[in-house]
Amino acid sequence: MAGEMKGWDRNQMAARAAEELEDGMYVNLGIGIPTLVANYVGDKDITLQSENGMLGMGPFPFEGEEDPDLINAGKQTITELARTSYFDSATSFAMIRGGKIAAAILGAMEVAENGDLANWMIPKKLVKGMGGAMDLVAGVGRVIVVMDHTNKAGETKVLKACTLPLTGKGVVDRIITNLGVLDVVPGGLKIVQLADGVTEEELRASTEATIVD
Amino acid sequence: MKKVYSNATEALDGLLKDGMLIAAGGFGLSGIPELLIAAIRDSGVKNLTVASNNAGVDDFGLGLLLQTRQVKKMISSYVGENAEFMRQYLSGELELEFNPQGTLAERMRAGGAGIPGFYTKTGVGTVIADGKEVKVFDGQEYILERGIVADLSIVKAWKADDTGNLIFRKTARNFNPPAAMCGRVCVAEVEEIVPRGSIDPDHIHLPGIYVHRLIQGPHEKRIEQRTTRKREEA
Repeated sequence: MAGEMKGWDRNQMAARAAEELEDGMYVNLGIGIPTLVANYVGDKDITLQSENGMLGMGPFPFEGEEDPDLINAGKQTITELARTSYFDSATSFAMIRGGKIAAAILGAMEVAENGDLANWMIPKKLVKGMGGAMDLVAGVGRVIVVMDHTNKAGETKVLKACTLPLTGKGVVDRIITNLGVLDVVPGGLKIVQLADGVTEEELRASTEATIVD
Repeated sequence: MKKVYSNATEALDGLLKDGMLIAAGGFGLSGIPELLIAAIRDSGVKNLTVASNNAGVDDFGLGLLLQTRQVKKMISSYVGENAEFMRQYLSGELELEFNPQGTLAERMRAGGAGIPGFYTKTGVGTVIADGKEVKVFDGQEYILERGIVADLSIVKAWKADDTGNLIFRKTARNFNPPAAMCGRVCVAEVEEIVPRGSIDPDHIHLPGIYVHRLIQGPHEKRIEQRTTRKREEA
């Protein structure tokens, strides 16, 4: 699938998203492409939060060292770091809701030009739940969406208005897709950057949302 | 004040009633009260409402109570990875109240702390806000969420002393402290009951005042998604 998509692949999108992170930030990464962002933070001093109760999330364990008491929010086995701290779920969401987490990078099914985000259910088809996504988008300093610009049917996911049940209203700050980077600004979306090999016309043609200059 | 019981069935004796509300700790399969869940299944108690972030998997954790149709309603934030749950929900056999994860945790904490309701911006402008009071503070909208007080809490910890002081391990702590706090009665299962005085009082995560009954493992502690890296990648 990645081969058919124009512009950046999953890893390039993750690398671009990593550029959003600054030294000293506490950050929450969602499941999917956002998880890959951790591979591209380089020398920056970033502390990853896992909303099931951990700051300072480390990489996957070596085979044979998996611990059922140490998982991330995607239920994957992980490891701790020298800086790690653990806490309960109420404390975890206190720091999320309380604005202590600088940024959340998460995937989306749909994003709208007013910053509305939908990523938790498709009525009558897919019901998984919002998990911590509604709390994250309501509480963190900056919400960055990383996703493919279009769905598997080739339809745009960057809309004038979301059609699916919302995760948050007016919460998205920046959208990073395989075609480029867009900011949510008054009146619509503003093109910040085009992905390698993508023209502005191509990005506009794949976008339903209003693009402002 | 005898809190230590010999097994899960004895620890739950007299506490289970049809139609009751149970709050359960755990996230995914990590830190779930697996022994107490199995004993609740064996008891045959039914029409339960269960507040728990997830519902286990089909054959482990709370999934066991779904298989036997002992659960009438779940209050959860995420139910993916559980085919039987999805089937019962989509067919209308099971009620499901979705709560954002942080809202669920805070509802438990608040209920246990004597706070009947709180305002949060989580879910404003979404279906979660439907039917809930909206209040504006400093120009921003918040919705009213209610504290949860459960008839029974079931939690899992790592170690306890015989007075119920609990220590959790790594991310298996998760919902266990708030779930324990919100129960009128709380039963805890632990991997090891250690002698009184052997836990440094400064290292206790949940004071024994919240824990009424206690049992010791063994636990299976199943892993839901085993992810590893190769040694040569290090």
